[in-house]
Amino acid sequence: MHIVISGLNHQTAPVDTRERLAFKAEEIPAALEKLRQEAGLSEALILSTCNRVEIYGITDRLDNCRERMVAFLAGFHRLPAADFADKLYFHADQAAVRHSFRVASSLDSMVIGEPQILGQLKDAFFIASEARTTGLILNRLMHRSFFIAKEVRTRTKIASSAVSVSFAAVELAKKIFGDLKGMKVMLIGAGEMCELAARHFVNQGIEQVLVTNRTFSRAQELAAEFEGIAVSFDSFRQELDEADIILSSTGSPDYLIGPTELTTALKKRRNRPIFLIDIAVPRDIDPKVNELDNIYLFDVDDLQEVITENLDQRQQEALRAEGLVDQEVEKFELWLESLAVTPTIKALRRQTAEIAARELDKTLSAFPDLSDKEKRKLEAMVKAITNKFLHHPLNYLKAPENNNGQGPPPAVVIRKIFKLPEE
Amino acid sequence: MELIYSLLLVGALLLYVISMITGFVYLFRPGQKALHGGSDAIRFGAVLHAAAFLIRCFETGTLAVTNLHESLSFFALLLALAFIVVNRKNSIAMLGAFTAPLLIIFTLWALVLNHAVTPQPPILKSFWLPVHVLLSFAGNAFLVLGCGAAVIYLIQEHLIKKKRLKGIFRRLPALQKLDELNYFCLRLGFPLLTLGIISGSVWASYAWGSHWNWDPKETWSLITWLLFAALLHGRMNSGWRGRRAALLTIIGFAAIMFTFLGVNLFLSGLHGYLH
Repeated sequence: MHIVISGLNHQTAPVDTRERLAFKAEEIPAALEKLRQEAGLSEALILSTCNRVEIYGITDRLDNCRERMVAFLAGFHRLPAADFADKLYFHADQAAVRHSFRVASSLDSMVIGEPQILGQLKDAFFIASEARTTGLILNRLMHRSFFIAKEVRTRTKIASSAVSVSFAAVELAKKIFGDLKGMKVMLIGAGEMCELAARHFVNQGIEQVLVTNRTFSRAQELAAEFEGIAVSFDSFRQELDEADIILSSTGSPDYLIGPTELTTALKKRRNRPIFLIDIAVPRDIDPKVNELDNIYLFDVDDLQEVITENLDQRQQEALRAEGLVDQEVEKFELWLESLAVTPTIKALRRQTAEIAARELDKTLSAFPDLSDKEKRKLEAMVKAITNKFLHHPLNYLKAPENNNGQGPPPAVVIRKIFKLPEE
Repeated sequence: MELIYSLLLVGALLLYVISMITGFVYLFRPGQKALHGGSDAIRFGAVLHAAAFLIRCFETGTLAVTNLHESLSFFALLLALAFIVVNRKNSIAMLGAFTAPLLIIFTLWALVLNHAVTPQPPILKSFWLPVHVLLSFAGNAFLVLGCGAAVIYLIQEHLIKKKRLKGIFRRLPALQKLDELNYFCLRLGFPLLTLGIISGSVWASYAWGSHWNWDPKETWSLITWLLFAALLHGRMNSGWRGRRAALLTIIGFAAIMFTFLGVNLFLSGLHGYLH
C-alpha cells in the first residue's frame, strides 16, 4: 500500500502546459473513476487549480505508477505524453505525505502563505468523497493536511503580512490611523488598481469613498459601486481636505498634487494626517509632499519594497512551518505503519508465543519429574494450539478482499482485538 | 521595619528591571507573552512599592516626601500608578518599555541614597504638604508618560517617513494612537499640575507669607506650566498634533525633570530642604 502524488505546478511547468492539463470541476467525478481504473488506484483525488494539477492516489504497486498516471493524463486530455511527461513530479509514501501537507499549508504556493490553496484542496476532497473515490487513507491524509495547514497559519506568521499592493496600502494606513473606521478615501482616477485597493479599504470599515476622474461618468460609475460621491476633476483639489486616505492612479504626465495643495488641505483639516498612495507611473503626486508634517506619501516602489520585505519574512516563517510539517509527517508515518499487515502478523505471533512460553514454564515447574520426551510432547501441544488459534486471524489479515480500502483495515482491527503494542 | 522597607523597594526595582527586559524581548522577539509580561511586572512592582511607601508614611506619620530619597521613591510610585491607569485606558505596546527605565532610575537612585527616617522639618508639618505634593507629582507623572508616547511617536514617524518598514516598525503602535495617548496624558496631567501649583501657592501664603516668592522651584514650575499650557492651547485651538506636539512634550519633559531635580541639585531656594 503506497500513497502517491503526481502532478505539475507553477515551478515545473509553464502556464500553457498547466492550462492544457487542467480539469474542469464538472469533469472531475468522471475523471476520478477513469483514473482509478486506468492507473490502478484504490483511492484517488484530483486537485486542479491555476497553479497546479495533481493526482493523489493509493496503490499497491509502485512500479510503473508514474507511467500509468502519465498515460491517464495523456488519454484524458488527448495530449501526447511527451508534451508534459518531463514536467511531472512523482512522490511516493513519505515524500507524498510531506507534499500534501506542504501544499495544504501553502508552503508550495507561488506566493507562500496565500490562503486560497487550502480551500481549493478542500473542494477537491469534497468532490472526490462525493464520487466515493476516497477511502480510509486519503481521508486521513486530507484531514491531517487541513489540520497542519491550520496549525501553520496560527503558529507562524506566514500569512500575517501583506503581499499585494492594495493590502500593503491597507496595512500602512493602519499603522498611521490605527483604526480605519470612519475614515474617508478619495480615489483619483478610476483605474482597476484604484478600484481594487478601494475595495480592500471599504472592507476595513471606511465611511465614505470619493471618486474623481477626468471622465466624470466613469467617476460616477465607480462612486455608485461604493455608494460614494463623484467629484468633478476640475475641483477635486479643493476637496482634498475631506480625505484621510488618497489613492491616485491617473495617466497624467505631470504632478496633480503638490505641497501647495496639501498645505492648504492640512490647514483646513487642522493637521489631521493624510496618507497618500501614488500608484501611477509616471507619478501623480510630487514626492516633496512627504516632507510635510502629517503627510505620508507612498509610491509604487515604496509599496513594492514593503511587499518584498514581507515576502522575505514569509520565507523565514516558512522555515518554521517546515518544522511543523516534519513533525506531522512523522506522526502520519506511525499511523500508516499501524495499518501494515506484515508487522501486525509478526506482532501477533510474538505476543501469542510469549503467552504460550510463559504458561508452559509455569506448568513445567509444577512438574519437575517429567521426562524430556514428555516435556517435548507438551511443548508441541502448546505450539499446535497457538498455531490453530492464529490460523483464522492470520487469514483474515492477509486476505486481499479485506485490504481493498473499503472496510476498516484488518491490521487496525486485529491490533485492537489483541491489544497489540504500537510499533 | 527598616529591612522590610528596603526589601520591598528592592523587590519593586527588580520587577521594574524585569519589565524593561521584557520590553526589549518584545522588540526583538515579539509575542503576546512579552507584551503583557512587561506591564504585569510594573503592576506587581507598584504593589510592592506602594507597600513600602505606606510603611514609610506610617513611620513618619505624614506623606513620606520630606527628603530626596522619599521624593524620588514616591515619584517612581506615582509614575508606575499613572502607567497602570493609562495602560488600562489605552493599552499601547512599548509604553512600558519607556516607563520601566525611568522607574528603574528613580527607584535605584532612591535606594542608593541614605534612606533612614529623617526628622521632618517643622515648615513641612502642614495639611498642604500631601495635597501639594500629591497633585504636582501626579500631574508630572502623567506628563512624563505623555513624553513616552511622544518619543515612540517620533521613532515611528521617522520610520514611516523614511520607509524603513521592517523590524521594530511592525512592533510599534499606530501614529494616531500614540498621538491620542500623548493628548490623553496632557489632559490628565495638566489640570493636576495646575492644581498642584495653586495648592502650593496657597500653602506658601500661610508658610512664607506670600503666594509667590520667585523661588527657583516656583519659577521653573511656572516655565513648565507655560510650556504645557501652550501645548494644550495649540492642540485645542490650532490643530497642533503629531510631530510638533511630540517635540513640545519632550521639551516639557526636560522642564519637569529640571524643576523636580535640577533645581534642588544646582540651585538653592526655599524648596531646598530636600538635601
